[in-house]
Amino acid sequence: MTMFYGVEPKSRFLLGTAQYPSPAILSDAVRASQAEIVTVSLRRESAAGRAGQAFWTLIRDLGLRVLPNTAGCHSVKEAVTTAHMAREVFDTPWIKLEVIGEADTLQPDVFGLVEAARILCGEGFEVFPYCTEDLGVAERLVEAGCRVLMPWGAPIGSGLGLNNPFGLRTLRAHFPDIPLVVDAGLGLPSQAAAAMELGYDAILLNTAVAKAGDPVAMALAFAKAIEAGRLAFEAGPMETRDMAAPSTPVLGQAVLA
Amino acid sequence: MQIMLNGEATDLAADTLEQALQELDLGKAVVATALNGDFVPARLRSVTALRQGDRIEIVAPMQGG
Repeated sequence: MTMFYGVEPKSRFLLGTAQYPSPAILSDAVRASQAEIVTVSLRRESAAGRAGQAFWTLIRDLGLRVLPNTAGCHSVKEAVTTAHMAREVFDTPWIKLEVIGEADTLQPDVFGLVEAARILCGEGFEVFPYCTEDLGVAERLVEAGCRVLMPWGAPIGSGLGLNNPFGLRTLRAHFPDIPLVVDAGLGLPSQAAAAMELGYDAILLNTAVAKAGDPVAMALAFAKAIEAGRLAFEAGPMETRDMAAPSTPVLGQAVLA
Repeated sequence: MQIMLNGEATDLAADTLEQALQELDLGKAVVATALNGDFVPARLRSVTALRQGDRIEIVAPMQGG
């Protein structure tokens, strides 16, 4: 079973908590997903709004493990400082490390990511790096101390699915023992199933559920697809071939011509 | 004195970061703090003095992906 720094979740679905139509729908979607890990962030709090306090009460009531992120950080300094703040607020060494390199694609700044990962791992953080499928970068992240890798499927929020199945398959083959999570870019449950069929350990997504017409139903759909994809991987898919091979026996067929 | 609080110029009477949180009615809130870009752990807020023009960031749990 997949272990995230010694934690073994029953569900292979990690769900984000942003962009839902209402707090009630967020809660219902999380329950429908059966996710045991949800991602959260840190944002400015005002005494007037106190929005963060209400949100935190809602999340605590769900009784799940939280994975704080460093979303929106574009520098190593910002990401490391945000991680320090998250560790204090959420009382967890877990951090979903994002160091964003480019605004249009939100693709990781892999150089900054490796540097921040090295700093945080050295400080005892358990880092979940949002990365690309680049093998060299993945090697550096593992060397830095990361025991989970989270390559993107496609740009965050795009819903494009798995843009580079070859790269993801190669990463899986290269790191058979490191938990791999496809994080970001998925839009459909079939895409999540495809990632799981590649042998990925889990899926992290947010927008595909939160922005669905019925987020609760979509959360359930993703949960089923992730489970189906994992079962298919464990079952061992048949080998493909170019030409047809009759499935019904040829021997014994009546001559009727 | 005037400080930059979460990006907005704000007048505060507080001398320390802890007093600033109390003045803002966030003394018991679940928040993390930074002063001039550096994280200030909760245990150090009471000994972290504020100066004119300081930049304070106060963050709290929020929705995230």
